[in-house]
Amino acid sequence: MTTPLLEITNLHASIEGKQILNGVNLTIMPGEVHSIMGPNGSGKSTLASVIAGHEAYEVTEGSILFNGIDLLELEADQRACAGVFLAFQYPVEIPGVSTKFFLKAAVNAIRKYRGQEELDAMDFLDMVEEKAKSVSLNIDLLDRNVNEGFSGGEKKRAEVFQMAMLDPLLGVLDETDSGLDIDALKIVADGVNQLRTQDRGFVIITHYQRLLDFIVPDFVHVLKDGVIVKSGDKSLALELEEKGYAGIEACKSECSCA
Amino acid sequence: MNNQANNINDPKKAVAESLPGGGMLLSSSNPVEEDTALLKETFKEKYKWGFVTDIEADSAPPGLDESTIAFISAKKDEPEWLLEWRLRAYRHWLTMEEPEWAHLTYNKPNFDEIIFYSAPKSLADGPKSLDEVDPALLETYKKLGIPLAEHAALAGVAVDAVFDSVSVGTTFKDKLEEVGIIFCPISEAVHSHPELVKKYLGTIVPYSDNYYATLNSAVFTDGSFVYIPKGVKCPMDLSTYFRINAKSTGQFERTLIIAEEGASVSYLEGCTAPMRDENQLHAAVVELIALDDADIKYSTVQNWYPGDENGVGGIYNFVTKRGKCQGDRSRITWTQVETGSAVTWKYPSCILLGDDSVGEFYSVALTNNYQQADTGTKMIHIGKNTKSTIISKGISAGHGQNIYRGLVRIQKGAENARNYTQCDSMLMGDRCGAHTFPYIEVKNKTAKAEHEASTSKIGEDQLFYCNQRGISTEDAINMIVNGFCKEVFRELPMEFAVEARRLLEVSLESSVG
Ligand SMILES: Nc1ncnc2c1ncn2[C@@H]1O[C@H](COP(=O)(O)OP(=O)(O)O)[C@@H](O)[C@H]1O
Ligand SMILES: [Mg+2]
Repeated sequence: MTTPLLEITNLHASIEGKQILNGVNLTIMPGEVHSIMGPNGSGKSTLASVIAGHEAYEVTEGSILFNGIDLLELEADQRACAGVFLAFQYPVEIPGVSTKFFLKAAVNAIRKYRGQEELDAMDFLDMVEEKAKSVSLNIDLLDRNVNEGFSGGEKKRAEVFQMAMLDPLLGVLDETDSGLDIDALKIVADGVNQLRTQDRGFVIITHYQRLLDFIVPDFVHVLKDGVIVKSGDKSLALELEEKGYAGIEACKSECSCA
Repeated sequence: MNNQANNINDPKKAVAESLPGGGMLLSSSNPVEEDTALLKETFKEKYKWGFVTDIEADSAPPGLDESTIAFISAKKDEPEWLLEWRLRAYRHWLTMEEPEWAHLTYNKPNFDEIIFYSAPKSLADGPKSLDEVDPALLETYKKLGIPLAEHAALAGVAVDAVFDSVSVGTTFKDKLEEVGIIFCPISEAVHSHPELVKKYLGTIVPYSDNYYATLNSAVFTDGSFVYIPKGVKCPMDLSTYFRINAKSTGQFERTLIIAEEGASVSYLEGCTAPMRDENQLHAAVVELIALDDADIKYSTVQNWYPGDENGVGGIYNFVTKRGKCQGDRSRITWTQVETGSAVTWKYPSCILLGDDSVGEFYSVALTNNYQQADTGTKMIHIGKNTKSTIISKGISAGHGQNIYRGLVRIQKGAENARNYTQCDSMLMGDRCGAHTFPYIEVKNKTAKAEHEASTSKIGEDQLFYCNQRGISTEDAINMIVNGFCKEVFRELPMEFAVEARRLLEVSLESSVG
């Protein structure tokens, strides 16, 4: 039997004493794309942060296995090195640090962890050019400080570009589509689709089903008040769009996600 | 601008045409709360320059009176006028009070316990040629990364090494003399170029200037003297390396740099001291004079022993540095990276007298553990079209306190004068503080002064973002801090910039949880 890429069991998490996740179960096999939808404040970004290892969140119960290893035992940087990538809903600015410099440090930290040789400046630039093309990212942007003065769309595109550079096993995209016009949306979706392989899995967090027209998910889950209340295939997204979250009936007992 | 800024996570930018003399106070509260992940571990001392050189010394008895001054003056075989100048300073000092205005808390030095003169015995007869310098001293500088033997010396940098109260030796002196540049210990210049010393000493920082400058005028022991003749661009960086070694000793060096018309020079200053439990006093005076079209760049990497993680020991660094742009179109640039000392009190300043003259101040000050730094600059605009730029970056970690204090004064005649001030503070953890006291006085309507300030907390979110890209917390902090200091580092000469980065890294090494 194949080992799941990600196996979240009964995950409870809190921040500053406030309970946000109340028993999330989610299993992602290699090659699968799962979409997570849900109203504002339902805990989507929290789930993403907990997977990526943000220290401010406390896991109070449950487990996360990544390729069979206990992810909760690893620090955030080790998780990244092991192959977890998070495209941030709000990418952070780092004044005075050029994007290129930052990315080179990231690529080489990860390569070192994986026992690969560090890239020299030339090989790194070749890789930058190739990957930037895949999301039509203007290379000049990379001489600017990390996310500083980037437009909303540029920030999102830069996140997908970074994902391509870092070659993760699991990509978690937190509202990478929000604030994008339709052309930008297509470019971002195309960038993600190019990264779909039979080994790599994705968690796509979104509010809108329109992204899912371009990145077609294998499963759709609805997160509400920190639990997955319903799971289905792509048609669930359409149903949500039509009826809204309020119209979604909670899962019946025969559904595995409750 | 007088209000307290609460939201330190959200860098606030304030732009003001002019500000009344008032301060902005930004300080992190919340000491009770659990420290951030950064500071979970107590700081371990990483001061690598803390060794002591075992060498026989020739010292004055502790304490200070007129006979101590006569002793120092006699040791240096000084002319009568200099001894008199010292004594005038001393008598004036007796009438002065230790200043209280700085935002600092420390035990005042006990002047009865300080040794005001200490020199390695082997140097008692005055500076010798480098070949004859005591091997123990050469070894000391080698350990500090400053090889003094010329064949091994740093390429393109001439070094004057000052050990406690005397100069150990100066490299590349002959080569510089070929183009008429004088670079030697000031005690030597008093003999070899008395007319220059007499003409300029105390003209920028008068002996009555302030408590510690006055003390320095009375008891200064050594320091560097630089004279760049008309039209000469100094072919290499000049550097002085100050080392305090002897116990209970104060270091009082005096540096004087004169750049004649059209001359230019880049001067570097570095400093270290052994680790000791008692506080040691360092009270220096630096005077710079730039004539028409002259250009002086003065860079400091200050790494005096900062004390241990409980705030025990460390250097009191009370320094007066001032430059005068006397000539038209002259320029003075102060760049400083301050990572050491228990307490620092220092305001490298520019008097912009010549028309179109330019003053610049670029500063990074880092305070960790219980270090305190009250530093900044004064830009006094007198001439027309004078320009000044102030970029100050304060980083506080542990219980460190970092104060920016700056004065921009634009006098009546300073038509079209311009000042730009940018003052950024970064806090690491919840127990440190950053305070800014910008004073701006504009007395000419055509002049403009612009002030921007920000305070940020090295954010968990920034660290998490870096971690999420595979970058370790330690590397992330270095990256973020270096980014924060970039505008200052790029003003430093190459080797110094590398050194400064390394120092910041070492100083922050143990602040990572
Ligand atoms: N730092 C925090 N402190 C307290 N509550 C928080 C914090 N961050 C998020 N929350 C709360 O957690 C809940 C879930 O937030 P989030 O995961 O961002 O939701 P979503 O991404 O689904 O909109 C919200 O109620 C939000 O207010
Ligand atoms: Mg969210």
